[in-house]
Amino acid sequence: MSKRPMPQFFEPDTQAFWDATKNEQLTYQQCSACNEVVFTPRAHCTKCGGSDLEQKVSKGEGTVYTFSVVRQNRNPSFADLGAYALAYIDLDEGFRMLSNVVGIANPLEDVSVGQRVKVTFEKQDEGEYLLPLFEPI
Amino acid sequence: MAQQRDAAIVGIYEYPSRYDPDVSAIQIKAKSIQAALNDAGLEWGDIDALYDAQDGEGGGGLGLSAYLGIKPTVIDTTQVGGSSYEFQANHAMRDIAAGKASVAVLSYGSKAATLRTPIGTGGATSSGSWQANMEAPYGQTLIANYAMVAQRHMHEYGTTSEQLAEISVATRYHAMRNPDAVKAMNDLQFVGVNEITIQDVMESRVIADPLHLLECCMVSDGGGALIIASKDVVKDTKKSPVWLIGSGEATKYRENGGDITTSAGAQGAPIAFAEAGVTPDQMDVAMIYDSFSITVAVMLEDLGFVKKGEVGDWITGGRLKFDQPGGPALNTDGGGLSSNHPGMRGIFLLLESARQLRGESTSQAADAKLAVAHGNGGLLGGNHTGGTTILAAD
Repeated sequence: MSKRPMPQFFEPDTQAFWDATKNEQLTYQQCSACNEVVFTPRAHCTKCGGSDLEQKVSKGEGTVYTFSVVRQNRNPSFADLGAYALAYIDLDEGFRMLSNVVGIANPLEDVSVGQRVKVTFEKQDEGEYLLPLFEPI
Repeated sequence: MAQQRDAAIVGIYEYPSRYDPDVSAIQIKAKSIQAALNDAGLEWGDIDALYDAQDGEGGGGLGLSAYLGIKPTVIDTTQVGGSSYEFQANHAMRDIAAGKASVAVLSYGSKAATLRTPIGTGGATSSGSWQANMEAPYGQTLIANYAMVAQRHMHEYGTTSEQLAEISVATRYHAMRNPDAVKAMNDLQFVGVNEITIQDVMESRVIADPLHLLECCMVSDGGGALIIASKDVVKDTKKSPVWLIGSGEATKYRENGGDITTSAGAQGAPIAFAEAGVTPDQMDVAMIYDSFSITVAVMLEDLGFVKKGEVGDWITGGRLKFDQPGGPALNTDGGGLSSNHPGMRGIFLLLESARQLRGESTSQAADAKLAVAHGNGGLLGGNHTGGTTILAAD
Protein backbone atom coordinates (compact mmCIF):
# COMPACT_ATOMS: atom_id res chain seq x y z
CA MET A 1 0.00 0.00 0.00
CA SER A 2 1.21 3.51 -0.59
CA LYS A 3 0.21 7.13 -0.99
CA ARG A 4 1.93 7.79 -4.29
CA PRO A 5 0.58 10.39 -6.71
CA MET A 6 -1.55 8.40 -9.14
CA PRO A 7 -2.75 9.23 -12.66
CA GLN A 8 -5.51 11.75 -13.08
CA PHE A 9 -8.25 11.57 -15.67
CA PHE A 10 -9.78 12.82 -18.02
CA GLU A 11 -6.62 12.07 -20.04
CA PRO A 12 -7.40 9.80 -22.97
CA ASP A 13 -3.88 8.70 -24.01
CA THR A 14 -3.05 6.61 -20.95
CA GLN A 15 -6.55 5.61 -19.80
CA ALA A 16 -6.44 2.17 -21.44
CA PHE A 17 -2.99 1.44 -19.98
CA TRP A 18 -4.22 2.17 -16.46
CA ASP A 19 -7.50 0.30 -16.97
CA ALA A 20 -5.46 -2.80 -17.89
CA THR A 21 -3.52 -2.60 -14.63
CA LYS A 22 -6.74 -3.44 -12.80
CA ASN A 23 -6.38 -6.91 -14.37
CA GLU A 24 -2.66 -7.00 -13.60
CA GLN A 25 -1.80 -6.49 -17.25
CA LEU A 26 1.14 -4.38 -18.43
CA THR A 27 0.28 -3.07 -21.89
CA TYR A 28 1.99 -1.31 -24.76
CA GLN A 29 0.93 -0.30 -28.25
CA GLN A 30 1.99 -1.44 -31.70
CA CYS A 31 1.23 0.40 -34.92
CA SER A 32 -0.85 -1.69 -37.33
CA ALA A 33 0.63 0.14 -40.32
CA CYS A 34 4.38 0.09 -39.60
CA ASN A 35 4.73 -2.29 -36.62
CA GLU A 36 6.46 0.36 -34.50
CA VAL A 37 6.23 -0.28 -30.76
CA VAL A 38 4.76 2.84 -29.15
CA PHE A 39 5.25 3.72 -25.48
CA THR A 40 4.23 5.71 -23.51
CA PRO A 41 0.72 5.23 -24.87
CA ARG A 42 -0.84 7.78 -27.15
CA ALA A 43 -3.32 8.03 -30.01
CA HIS A 44 -0.85 8.13 -32.89
CA CYS A 45 2.23 6.23 -34.02
CA THR A 46 5.42 8.18 -33.25
CA LYS A 47 7.14 6.75 -36.33
CA CYS A 48 4.57 7.03 -39.14
CA GLY A 49 1.82 9.16 -37.63
CA GLY A 50 -0.75 6.44 -38.14
CA SER A 51 -3.71 6.27 -35.80
CA ASP A 52 -4.44 2.53 -35.85
CA LEU A 53 -2.67 1.30 -32.72
CA GLU A 54 -3.20 -2.10 -31.16
CA GLN A 55 -2.99 -2.42 -27.38
CA LYS A 56 -0.93 -5.51 -26.54
CA VAL A 57 -0.18 -7.26 -23.27
CA SER A 58 3.49 -7.49 -22.32
CA LYS A 59 4.95 -10.57 -20.65
CA GLY A 60 6.24 -8.06 -18.14
CA GLU A 61 9.84 -9.21 -18.29
CA GLY A 62 12.74 -6.92 -19.03
CA THR A 63 16.14 -5.56 -18.15
CA VAL A 64 17.25 -2.62 -16.01
CA TYR A 65 18.65 -0.08 -18.51
CA THR A 66 19.74 2.35 -15.80
CA PHE A 67 18.73 3.30 -12.28
CA SER A 68 19.30 5.67 -9.37
CA VAL A 69 18.68 5.14 -5.68
CA VAL A 70 16.79 8.21 -4.53
CA ARG A 71 18.02 9.28 -1.08
CA GLN A 72 16.13 12.56 -0.82
CA ASN A 73 12.65 13.45 -2.08
CA ARG A 74 10.81 16.32 -0.46
CA ASN A 75 7.49 15.14 -1.88
CA PRO A 76 5.72 13.72 1.22
CA SER A 77 4.14 10.95 -0.88
CA PHE A 78 7.47 9.14 -0.86
CA ALA A 79 8.49 9.80 2.75
CA ASP A 80 7.66 6.27 3.90
CA LEU A 81 9.73 4.53 1.26
CA GLY A 82 13.21 5.35 2.58
CA ALA A 83 15.86 5.04 -0.13
CA TYR A 84 14.21 3.59 -3.23
CA ALA A 85 15.36 2.53 -6.68
CA LEU A 86 14.10 4.49 -9.67
CA ALA A 87 14.82 2.78 -12.98
CA TYR A 88 14.25 2.70 -16.69
CA ILE A 89 13.20 -0.84 -17.59
CA ASP A 90 13.65 -2.12 -21.16
CA LEU A 91 10.81 -4.59 -21.65
CA ASP A 92 11.49 -7.55 -23.90
CA GLU A 93 8.82 -6.39 -26.37
CA GLY A 94 10.92 -3.30 -27.08
CA PHE A 95 9.58 -0.50 -24.93
CA ARG A 96 11.26 1.50 -22.17
CA MET A 97 9.34 2.37 -19.04
CA LEU A 98 10.08 4.41 -15.92
CA SER A 99 9.37 2.43 -12.76
CA ASN A 100 10.84 1.27 -9.46
CA VAL A 101 12.75 -1.90 -8.63
CA VAL A 102 11.24 -3.38 -5.47
CA GLY A 103 11.23 -6.67 -3.60
CA ILE A 104 14.85 -6.33 -2.62
CA ALA A 105 16.50 -6.11 0.78
CA ASN A 106 18.77 -3.16 0.05
CA PRO A 107 18.37 -0.95 -3.02
CA LEU A 108 21.93 0.30 -2.58
CA GLU A 109 23.31 -3.16 -3.23
CA ASP A 110 20.64 -5.21 -4.93
CA VAL A 111 19.99 -3.29 -8.16
CA SER A 112 22.29 -3.26 -11.19
CA VAL A 113 22.29 -2.24 -14.83
CA GLY A 114 21.47 -5.28 -16.94
CA GLN A 115 19.54 -6.98 -14.15
CA ARG A 116 16.58 -9.11 -15.26
CA VAL A 117 13.27 -8.06 -13.71
CA LYS A 118 9.57 -8.92 -13.89
CA VAL A 119 6.52 -6.76 -13.34
CA THR A 120 4.56 -6.90 -10.10
CA PHE A 121 1.40 -4.91 -9.36
CA GLU A 122 1.00 -2.90 -6.16
CA LYS A 123 -2.37 -1.96 -4.73
CA GLN A 124 -2.68 1.68 -3.71
CA ASP A 125 -4.32 3.24 -0.64
CA GLU A 126 -6.79 5.00 -2.85
CA GLY A 127 -8.22 4.52 -6.31
CA GLU A 128 -8.82 1.55 -8.52
CA TYR A 129 -5.55 1.34 -10.44
CA LEU A 130 -2.68 -0.97 -9.59
CA LEU A 131 0.87 0.33 -9.94
CA PRO A 132 3.26 -1.67 -12.14
CA LEU A 133 6.61 -2.10 -10.36
CA PHE A 134 9.47 -4.51 -11.08
CA GLU A 135 11.29 -7.08 -8.98
CA PRO A 136 14.31 -9.23 -9.77
CA ILE A 137 13.56 -12.53 -11.53
CA MET B 1 29.45 28.76 -45.25
CA ALA B 2 31.15 32.09 -44.65
CA GLN B 3 30.88 33.27 -41.07
CA GLN B 4 28.29 36.04 -40.63
CA ARG B 5 28.66 38.85 -38.09
CA ASP B 6 25.23 40.49 -38.10
CA ALA B 7 24.41 40.62 -34.38
CA ALA B 8 26.43 41.10 -31.21
CA ILE B 9 25.98 41.15 -27.46
CA VAL B 10 26.54 44.79 -26.55
CA GLY B 11 25.20 45.03 -23.00
CA ILE B 12 25.27 42.59 -20.10
CA TYR B 13 24.24 42.51 -16.46
CA GLU B 14 24.09 39.73 -13.90
CA TYR B 15 22.01 40.55 -10.84
CA PRO B 16 24.58 40.28 -8.06
CA SER B 17 22.49 38.97 -5.16
CA ARG B 18 21.59 35.28 -4.89
CA TYR B 19 19.38 35.80 -1.86
CA ASP B 20 17.22 38.90 -1.93
CA PRO B 21 13.87 38.67 -0.11
CA ASP B 22 13.11 42.35 -0.77
CA VAL B 23 12.71 42.26 -4.53
CA SER B 24 10.35 40.51 -6.94
CA ALA B 25 11.44 38.41 -9.90
CA ILE B 26 10.03 40.89 -12.39
CA GLN B 27 11.89 43.71 -10.61
CA ILE B 28 15.10 41.72 -11.02
CA LYS B 29 14.34 41.56 -14.75
CA ALA B 30 13.63 45.29 -15.07
CA LYS B 31 16.63 46.36 -12.98
CA SER B 32 18.86 44.05 -15.02
CA ILE B 33 17.55 45.37 -18.34
CA GLN B 34 18.20 48.92 -17.18
CA ALA B 35 21.76 48.03 -16.14
CA ALA B 36 22.47 46.10 -19.35
CA LEU B 37 21.26 49.04 -21.45
CA ASN B 38 23.54 51.29 -19.44
CA ASP B 39 26.44 48.88 -20.03
CA ALA B 40 25.76 49.17 -23.76
CA GLY B 41 25.19 52.93 -23.77
CA LEU B 42 21.65 52.46 -25.10
CA GLU B 43 18.32 53.87 -23.95
CA TRP B 44 15.08 52.28 -22.72
CA GLY B 45 13.34 53.48 -25.88
CA ASP B 46 15.87 51.81 -28.15
CA ILE B 47 14.47 48.33 -27.46
CA ASP B 48 12.53 47.04 -30.45
CA ALA B 49 12.64 43.28 -29.83
CA LEU B 50 11.65 41.44 -26.64
CA TYR B 51 12.57 37.82 -25.85
CA ASP B 52 11.07 36.35 -22.73
CA ALA B 53 10.89 32.90 -21.15
CA GLN B 54 7.63 33.80 -19.38
CA ASP B 55 9.39 33.86 -16.04
CA GLY B 56 8.75 36.28 -13.21
CA GLU B 57 5.40 37.48 -11.93
CA GLY B 58 3.29 38.66 -14.86
CA GLY B 59 6.03 38.06 -17.42
CA GLY B 60 5.63 36.92 -20.98
CA GLY B 61 5.66 38.83 -24.22
CA LEU B 62 2.70 40.99 -23.31
CA GLY B 63 3.12 41.15 -19.56
CA LEU B 64 6.76 42.19 -19.62
CA SER B 65 6.16 44.74 -22.40
CA ALA B 66 3.43 46.32 -20.31
CA TYR B 67 5.51 46.26 -17.12
CA LEU B 68 8.53 47.80 -18.80
CA GLY B 69 6.40 50.26 -20.75
CA ILE B 70 7.83 49.41 -24.16
CA LYS B 71 6.23 48.53 -27.50
CA PRO B 72 8.54 46.05 -29.24
CA THR B 73 7.76 44.91 -32.79
CA VAL B 74 9.42 41.50 -32.42
CA ILE B 75 8.13 39.38 -29.53
CA ASP B 76 9.50 35.88 -28.87
CA THR B 77 8.38 33.89 -25.84
CA THR B 78 10.39 30.72 -26.36
CA GLN B 79 10.29 28.70 -23.15
CA VAL B 80 12.47 25.59 -23.20
CA GLY B 81 13.62 25.53 -19.59
CA GLY B 82 17.22 26.35 -18.83
CA SER B 83 18.17 26.50 -22.50
CA SER B 84 15.58 29.21 -23.26
CA TYR B 85 18.24 31.92 -23.44
CA GLU B 86 20.44 30.17 -25.99
CA PHE B 87 17.34 29.59 -28.11
CA GLN B 88 16.33 33.24 -27.69
CA ALA B 89 19.83 34.56 -28.49
CA ASN B 90 19.79 32.39 -31.61
CA HIS B 91 16.40 33.78 -32.58
CA ALA B 92 17.55 37.35 -31.92
CA MET B 93 20.55 36.71 -34.16
CA ARG B 94 18.20 35.53 -36.93
CA ASP B 95 15.71 38.33 -36.43
CA ILE B 96 18.44 40.96 -36.54
CA ALA B 97 20.07 39.38 -39.60
CA ALA B 98 16.67 39.47 -41.30
CA GLY B 99 16.33 43.17 -40.57
CA LYS B 100 13.34 42.73 -38.26
CA ALA B 101 15.05 43.99 -35.12
CA SER B 102 17.95 46.21 -34.11
CA VAL B 103 18.05 46.18 -30.28
CA ALA B 104 16.94 42.92 -28.66
CA VAL B 105 16.60 42.34 -24.93
CA LEU B 106 16.65 39.03 -23.03
CA SER B 107 16.03 38.93 -19.29
CA TYR B 108 15.62 36.59 -16.36
CA GLY B 109 14.46 36.88 -12.79
CA SER B 110 13.82 34.21 -10.17
CA LYS B 111 13.22 33.94 -6.44
CA ALA B 112 13.94 30.24 -6.10
CA ALA B 113 16.04 30.64 -2.93
CA THR B 114 13.66 32.98 -1.09
CA LEU B 115 10.69 30.79 -2.02
CA ARG B 116 12.64 27.62 -1.17
CA THR B 117 11.57 26.08 -4.47
CA PRO B 118 12.45 22.35 -4.36
CA ILE B 119 13.84 22.22 -7.90
CA GLY B 120 16.04 19.17 -7.60
CA THR B 121 14.40 17.09 -4.91
CA GLY B 122 10.74 18.03 -5.13
CA GLY B 123 9.62 15.02 -7.09
CA ALA B 124 6.99 15.11 -9.75
CA THR B 125 3.38 15.73 -8.95
CA SER B 126 0.56 14.27 -10.98
CA SER B 127 -0.64 17.02 -13.27
CA GLY B 128 -2.80 14.69 -15.31
CA SER B 129 -0.83 15.07 -18.53
CA TRP B 130 -0.08 12.07 -20.76
CA GLN B 131 3.46 11.97 -19.45
CA ALA B 132 2.88 12.83 -15.78
CA ASN B 133 0.31 10.06 -15.61
CA MET B 134 2.99 7.54 -16.56
CA GLU B 135 5.82 8.94 -14.42
CA ALA B 136 4.52 10.74 -11.33
CA PRO B 137 3.82 7.54 -9.35
CA TYR B 138 7.48 6.54 -9.39
CA GLY B 139 9.08 9.36 -7.41
CA GLN B 140 11.49 10.61 -10.03
CA THR B 141 13.25 13.66 -8.61
CA LEU B 142 15.02 15.89 -11.10
CA ILE B 143 18.37 14.87 -9.61
CA ALA B 144 17.52 11.17 -9.89
CA ASN B 145 16.74 11.61 -13.58
CA TYR B 146 20.21 13.06 -14.22
CA ALA B 147 21.70 10.43 -11.92
CA MET B 148 20.31 7.71 -14.19
CA VAL B 149 22.33 9.22 -17.05
CA ALA B 150 25.46 9.11 -14.89
CA GLN B 151 24.78 5.51 -13.90
CA ARG B 152 24.47 4.41 -17.52
CA HIS B 153 27.53 6.44 -18.58
CA MET B 154 29.55 4.70 -15.87
CA HIS B 155 28.21 1.30 -16.93
CA GLU B 156 28.93 1.74 -20.63
CA TYR B 157 32.20 3.61 -20.54
CA GLY B 158 33.74 3.01 -17.13
CA THR B 159 33.40 6.67 -16.15
CA THR B 160 33.98 7.17 -12.40
CA SER B 161 32.64 9.54 -9.76
CA GLU B 162 36.21 10.75 -9.22
CA GLN B 163 36.36 11.78 -12.88
CA LEU B 164 33.00 13.58 -12.75
CA ALA B 165 34.22 15.35 -9.60
CA GLU B 166 36.85 17.14 -11.72
CA ILE B 167 33.97 19.29 -13.03
CA SER B 168 32.91 20.33 -9.52
CA VAL B 169 36.52 21.03 -8.54
CA ALA B 170 37.27 23.23 -11.59
CA THR B 171 33.99 25.10 -11.20
CA ARG B 172 34.62 25.87 -7.52
CA TYR B 173 38.17 26.97 -8.41
CA HIS B 174 36.60 29.60 -10.64
CA ALA B 175 33.87 30.51 -8.14
CA MET B 176 36.44 31.36 -5.47
CA ARG B 177 37.83 34.02 -7.83
CA ASN B 178 34.38 35.58 -8.41
CA PRO B 179 33.33 37.80 -5.47
CA ASP B 180 29.62 37.47 -6.37
CA ALA B 181 29.93 33.67 -6.30
CA VAL B 182 31.72 33.74 -2.95
CA LYS B 183 28.98 35.96 -1.54
CA ALA B 184 26.36 33.63 -3.04
CA MET B 185 27.84 30.58 -1.33
CA ASN B 186 28.03 32.46 1.97
CA ASP B 187 24.48 33.83 1.67
CA LEU B 188 23.14 30.37 0.80
CA GLN B 189 25.04 28.87 3.74
CA PHE B 190 27.34 26.52 1.86
CA VAL B 191 29.45 24.38 4.17
CA GLY B 192 33.06 25.23 3.36
CA VAL B 193 33.28 28.24 1.04
CA ASN B 194 36.71 27.31 -0.29
CA GLU B 195 38.37 25.46 -3.11
CA ILE B 196 37.48 21.77 -3.03
CA THR B 197 39.20 18.51 -3.90
CA ILE B 198 38.00 15.36 -5.60
CA GLN B 199 38.03 13.79 -2.15
CA ASP B 200 35.69 16.53 -0.84
CA VAL B 201 33.21 15.73 -3.61
CA MET B 202 33.40 12.01 -2.94
CA GLU B 203 32.84 12.54 0.78
CA SER B 204 29.79 14.78 0.33
CA ARG B 205 26.52 12.95 0.84
CA VAL B 206 24.82 11.12 -2.00
CA ILE B 207 21.53 12.73 -3.05
CA ALA B 208 20.62 10.21 -5.76
CA ASP B 209 23.16 7.53 -6.68
CA PRO B 210 25.70 8.11 -8.07
CA LEU B 211 25.45 11.92 -7.69
CA HIS B 212 26.87 13.59 -4.57
CA LEU B 213 25.80 16.92 -3.08
CA LEU B 214 28.86 18.70 -4.51
CA GLU B 215 27.90 17.50 -8.00
CA CYS B 216 24.54 19.32 -7.75
CA CYS B 217 23.84 22.98 -8.49
CA MET B 218 22.71 25.46 -5.89
CA VAL B 219 19.20 26.90 -5.69
CA SER B 220 19.52 30.70 -5.71
CA ASP B 221 17.63 33.88 -6.36
CA GLY B 222 18.95 35.83 -9.28
CA GLY B 223 18.66 36.93 -12.84
CA GLY B 224 20.16 39.20 -15.41
CA ALA B 225 19.77 40.68 -18.84
CA LEU B 226 21.59 41.02 -22.09
CA ILE B 227 21.23 43.29 -25.07
CA ILE B 228 21.87 42.00 -28.58
CA ALA B 229 22.19 44.62 -31.31
CA SER B 230 22.59 44.86 -35.07
CA LYS B 231 25.94 45.72 -36.59
CA ASP B 232 24.69 49.23 -37.32
CA VAL B 233 23.83 49.82 -33.65
CA VAL B 234 27.12 48.22 -32.54
CA LYS B 235 29.08 51.16 -33.96
CA ASP B 236 27.74 53.42 -31.20
CA THR B 237 27.84 51.14 -28.16
CA LYS B 238 30.27 51.55 -25.28
CA LYS B 239 31.99 48.18 -24.98
CA SER B 240 33.63 45.82 -27.41
CA PRO B 241 30.90 43.79 -29.15
CA VAL B 242 30.70 40.01 -28.75
CA TRP B 243 29.46 38.54 -32.01
CA LEU B 244 26.96 35.70 -32.29
CA ILE B 245 28.30 33.51 -35.07
CA GLY B 246 26.57 30.14 -34.79
CA SER B 247 23.33 28.68 -33.49
CA GLY B 248 21.89 25.22 -32.97
CA GLU B 249 18.72 23.86 -31.41
CA ALA B 250 17.49 20.34 -30.76
CA THR B 251 15.23 18.16 -28.62
CA LYS B 252 15.65 14.71 -27.08
CA TYR B 253 13.34 12.51 -25.04
CA ARG B 254 12.94 9.00 -23.69
CA GLU B 255 12.89 6.65 -26.64
CA ASN B 256 12.43 2.92 -26.77
CA GLY B 257 15.95 1.52 -27.12
CA GLY B 258 17.45 5.02 -27.11
CA ASP B 259 20.89 6.03 -25.81
CA ILE B 260 20.45 8.04 -22.63
CA THR B 261 24.15 8.99 -22.58
CA THR B 262 23.71 11.15 -25.70
CA SER B 263 21.88 14.46 -25.33
CA ALA B 264 20.09 16.84 -27.68
CA GLY B 265 23.41 18.66 -27.99
CA ALA B 266 24.71 15.96 -30.30
CA GLN B 267 22.10 16.99 -32.86
CA GLY B 268 22.17 20.77 -32.44
CA ALA B 269 25.80 21.60 -31.70
CA PRO B 270 27.26 20.44 -35.04
CA ILE B 271 24.79 22.76 -36.78
CA ALA B 272 26.06 25.67 -34.69
CA PHE B 273 29.75 24.92 -35.26
CA ALA B 274 29.19 24.48 -39.00
CA GLU B 275 27.35 27.79 -39.23
CA ALA B 276 30.17 29.53 -37.37
CA GLY B 277 32.85 27.83 -39.44
CA VAL B 278 34.81 26.89 -36.31
CA THR B 279 35.56 23.66 -34.45
CA PRO B 280 35.26 22.69 -30.78
CA ASP B 281 39.03 22.47 -30.33
CA GLN B 282 39.26 26.19 -31.21
CA MET B 283 37.07 27.16 -28.25
CA ASP B 284 38.89 29.09 -25.54
CA VAL B 285 35.89 28.98 -23.24
CA ALA B 286 33.05 26.48 -22.77
CA MET B 287 30.04 27.71 -20.85
CA ILE B 288 28.06 24.50 -20.40
CA TYR B 289 24.93 24.20 -18.29
CA ASP B 290 26.19 22.61 -15.06
CA SER B 291 23.00 21.58 -13.37
CA PHE B 292 25.01 18.54 -12.34
CA SER B 293 28.48 17.17 -13.05
CA ILE B 294 27.09 14.60 -15.47
CA THR B 295 25.40 17.30 -17.56
CA VAL B 296 28.75 18.87 -18.37
CA ALA B 297 30.42 15.50 -19.00
CA VAL B 298 27.78 14.48 -21.53
CA MET B 299 27.82 17.91 -23.22
CA LEU B 300 31.60 17.96 -23.59
CA GLU B 301 31.19 14.78 -25.61
CA ASP B 302 28.11 15.87 -27.54
CA LEU B 303 29.59 19.27 -28.42
CA GLY B 304 32.54 17.44 -29.94
CA PHE B 305 35.34 18.27 -27.50
CA VAL B 306 35.97 14.55 -26.98
CA LYS B 307 34.55 11.30 -28.34
CA LYS B 308 31.50 9.73 -26.72
CA GLY B 309 32.56 7.72 -23.68
CA GLU B 310 36.02 9.24 -23.33
CA VAL B 311 35.24 12.33 -21.26
CA GLY B 312 36.34 10.72 -17.99
CA ASP B 313 39.99 10.35 -18.94
CA TRP B 314 39.91 13.61 -20.89
CA ILE B 315 38.89 15.81 -17.95
CA THR B 316 41.19 14.11 -15.46
CA GLY B 317 44.02 16.35 -14.26
CA GLY B 318 42.35 19.75 -14.25
CA ARG B 319 42.33 20.89 -17.90
CA LEU B 320 38.99 22.65 -17.38
CA LYS B 321 40.55 25.27 -15.04
CA PHE B 322 41.06 28.63 -16.75
CA ASP B 323 44.80 28.71 -16.09
CA GLN B 324 45.63 25.12 -17.06
CA PRO B 325 46.77 23.86 -20.46
CA GLY B 326 44.48 21.81 -22.67
CA GLY B 327 41.27 23.71 -22.13
CA PRO B 328 38.61 24.73 -22.69
CA ALA B 329 38.15 26.98 -19.64
CA LEU B 330 34.85 25.70 -18.22
CA ASN B 331 32.18 27.78 -16.48
CA THR B 332 34.62 30.46 -15.40
CA ASP B 333 32.02 32.37 -13.37
CA GLY B 334 31.69 29.46 -10.96
CA GLY B 335 28.77 27.86 -12.75
CA GLY B 336 25.47 26.69 -11.41
CA LEU B 337 27.37 24.44 -9.04
CA SER B 338 29.06 27.31 -7.20
CA SER B 339 27.82 30.72 -8.40
CA ASN B 340 24.27 31.07 -9.68
CA HIS B 341 21.38 28.71 -10.37
CA PRO B 342 17.91 30.18 -9.87
CA GLY B 343 16.32 27.48 -12.06
CA MET B 344 17.08 28.49 -15.65
CA ARG B 345 20.79 29.15 -15.89
CA GLY B 346 21.02 29.61 -19.65
CA ILE B 347 21.34 33.41 -19.55
CA PHE B 348 24.44 33.24 -17.35
CA LEU B 349 26.20 31.08 -19.95
CA LEU B 350 25.85 33.95 -22.43
CA LEU B 351 26.75 36.63 -19.88
CA GLU B 352 30.01 34.95 -18.84
CA SER B 353 30.86 34.13 -22.47
CA ALA B 354 30.55 37.85 -23.18
CA ARG B 355 32.68 38.77 -20.15
CA GLN B 356 35.38 36.36 -21.32
CA LEU B 357 35.39 37.69 -24.88
CA ARG B 358 35.58 41.26 -23.55
CA GLY B 359 38.42 40.29 -21.20
CA GLU B 360 36.33 41.02 -18.08
CA SER B 361 36.10 37.62 -16.35
CA THR B 362 37.38 37.05 -12.82
CA SER B 363 38.92 33.82 -14.18
CA GLN B 364 40.02 35.27 -17.50
CA ALA B 365 41.17 32.75 -20.11
CA ALA B 366 44.30 34.07 -21.84
CA ASP B 367 43.55 35.85 -25.12
CA ALA B 368 40.02 34.44 -25.33
CA LYS B 369 38.64 34.78 -28.87
CA LEU B 370 35.93 32.09 -29.11
CA ALA B 371 33.36 30.68 -26.72
CA VAL B 372 30.50 28.23 -26.85
CA ALA B 373 27.42 28.54 -24.64
CA HIS B 374 25.36 25.37 -24.43
CA GLY B 375 22.15 25.32 -22.46
CA ASN B 376 20.17 22.27 -21.44
CA GLY B 377 16.50 22.51 -20.59
CA GLY B 378 14.31 19.89 -18.99
CA LEU B 379 15.56 16.48 -17.89
CA LEU B 380 18.81 15.14 -19.32
CA GLY B 381 17.56 11.55 -18.94
CA GLY B 382 14.09 12.40 -20.20
CA ASN B 383 12.58 15.21 -22.25
CA HIS B 384 15.11 17.93 -22.83
CA THR B 385 16.31 20.62 -25.20
CA GLY B 386 19.80 21.64 -26.19
CA GLY B 387 20.57 25.18 -27.32
CA THR B 388 24.01 26.05 -28.65
CA THR B 389 25.34 29.55 -29.31
CA ILE B 390 28.86 30.21 -30.62
CA LEU B 391 30.36 33.60 -29.76
CA ALA B 392 33.40 35.48 -31.04
CA ALA B 393 35.40 38.45 -29.78
CA ASP B 394 35.43 41.54 -31.99
